[in-house]
Amino acid sequence: MSGTNTSPTHHTSTIGAIGAPSRRNTELALLAFAVVIPVFAYANVGLALNDSVPPGLLSYGLGLGLLAGVGHLVVRKFAPYADPLMLPLATLLNGLGLVAIWRLDQSKRLSNYAEAAPRQLLYSAMGVALLAVVLIFLKDHRVLQRYTYISMAGALFLLILPLVPGLGANIYGAKIWIKIPGLGTLQPGEFAKIALAVFFAGYLMVKRDALALASRRFMGLYLPRGRDLGPILVVWVISILILVFETDLGTSLLFFGMFVIMLYVATERTSWIVFGLLMSAVGAVGVASFEPHIQTRVQAWLDPMREFELSRAGVQDGVVHSEQAMQALWAFGSGGTLGTGLGQGNSDLIGFAANSDFILATFGEELGLAGVMAILLLYGLIIERGVRTALAARDPFGKLLAIGLSGAFGLQVFVVAGGVMGLIPLTGMTLPFVAYGGSSVIANWALIGILLRISDTARRPAPAPAGNPDAEMTQVVRPS
Amino acid sequence: MSELTLTVMRLGFLAVLWLFVIVAVQVIRSDLFGTRVTQRGSRREAGRQQQAARQAPPQQRQQSGSGRRGRNAPTKLVVTEGTLTGTTVALQGQTITLGRAHDSTIVLDDDYASSRHARIYPDRDGQWIVEDLGSTNGTYLDRNRLTTPTPIALGAPIRIGKTVIELRK
Repeated sequence: MSGTNTSPTHHTSTIGAIGAPSRRNTELALLAFAVVIPVFAYANVGLALNDSVPPGLLSYGLGLGLLAGVGHLVVRKFAPYADPLMLPLATLLNGLGLVAIWRLDQSKRLSNYAEAAPRQLLYSAMGVALLAVVLIFLKDHRVLQRYTYISMAGALFLLILPLVPGLGANIYGAKIWIKIPGLGTLQPGEFAKIALAVFFAGYLMVKRDALALASRRFMGLYLPRGRDLGPILVVWVISILILVFETDLGTSLLFFGMFVIMLYVATERTSWIVFGLLMSAVGAVGVASFEPHIQTRVQAWLDPMREFELSRAGVQDGVVHSEQAMQALWAFGSGGTLGTGLGQGNSDLIGFAANSDFILATFGEELGLAGVMAILLLYGLIIERGVRTALAARDPFGKLLAIGLSGAFGLQVFVVAGGVMGLIPLTGMTLPFVAYGGSSVIANWALIGILLRISDTARRPAPAPAGNPDAEMTQVVRPS
Repeated sequence: MSELTLTVMRLGFLAVLWLFVIVAVQVIRSDLFGTRVTQRGSRREAGRQQQAARQAPPQQRQQSGSGRRGRNAPTKLVVTEGTLTGTTVALQGQTITLGRAHDSTIVLDDDYASSRHARIYPDRDGQWIVEDLGSTNGTYLDRNRLTTPTPIALGAPIRIGKTVIELRK
């Protein structure tokens, strides 16, 4: 180039990798916002219930702020290019959940249950600590690839744990908890979710070509070879076994759905989705035909009012009838569009599961349709960032893992929200970050940690290319 | 607590919640990133055109301030024949190189063009000059093969192989 080419508008490049900024300051600002909103909600609940700003406001705000701050500092130090939105979104959801749990703690109708909010704050702290551990010690998510089959074994072990006599606990019909003496209960399924995502990602990365290419075309669908159907059959059988022995529709649906999503992403074959839907439909109908616990759930879904009346009448016919499904629908209904206002609803009528499985009903009543929509959008944004991370990831394992984790997260939200709203049969699962439950909060923070690690690797600018002999003729244009 | 205060707080809280969602979506919008794939050929020029257009106003102001260029100064270079027909490049005082080399301003996909075929640049008075860079098949202004750097008149066709370009207002 001649000496006259000093103009900044001179563009001669053919390569133009845009250096993605790290966006850590955006994250900090959003985090501050995400801490302020729950504090506002907390004050709002206090004012509505007791006419005074709750005394714990400062400590609650500081506690949540501390968690967010620690999370931010760890991300800034160990994953500087990670996605700026995931941490604020998760913090906001966690904060809102804490407020809702505290609000239900205040209810006189639920006064015979132990205070849940302080415990949930402790679980959140453990969750953020686990996030920090993941980010500090997992320098590269591809390390997980080495543990493909170990994670499978681990996941199966975790899934079987609740069935071990003496260890498992049957709580309200579903056997998905284990009792740890002195510590309380743990839901191993939440952690199995992450381990299974690692296994599926590692497995499908190796087998994707065999699954995608060795197939015959039939009526517009690619039919896989019989022997390639093996893995999907195995996962299907396992999820059916979960359904039969742990009588938990949610976990079963979550694992099978996650596998089908990852299979579809790995092979780009629509036929897998068709097969997956068919198989899960067959499995669910088959099991529901002989399992009374599932039958009750389906009954409660089809006719919640009848279930409510049976429960009120105290009918004893061998299965537990629950008023909750109908009460949740009433809660949503009485919330209307804009809700009754925080602290002014009657969702505490739902009873013992009001702060866990049914917590969305509290938001539905007190924040109305507008609030529930906003909360679902917050979940949607987390999932969007996860999928975006998968798109940006450069290695196939990272892509599949990010898709699997965000898919599982999305399915979990769908299963819980759909169940509470009466779209699908209700199943005992926790709304990630919001619902009361230590395992869920801790596992989901770890999940966010892994997604942050993948997105840090994906967004990290590539090292500058080595200078070539023609280098002086090429200018790399970067937006100033 | 009065009913009014609680209503205001209720609506205020919903507004704040939605504000967060909107801010988050804005962050996503400003966070679209990736590798800029620069197309060769006409689309590449279109992209450059956009970039140039964005930066054009201050440049032009600066030029009119210096007052060295008349009202009839050309503002763009247009390809009128050849594979790149329709491509335009804004003229902002920078040198435009033509040729088959990848780093040329206008990359010619033309068997009769040399890799560094010609360049078009403004002289000190703002007059645009075309200069042949020792090409094999030559550069023609109107019908004359160039031997020395020659000033370009508005609308005069410059022919390089099968490609014809001209300067326009």
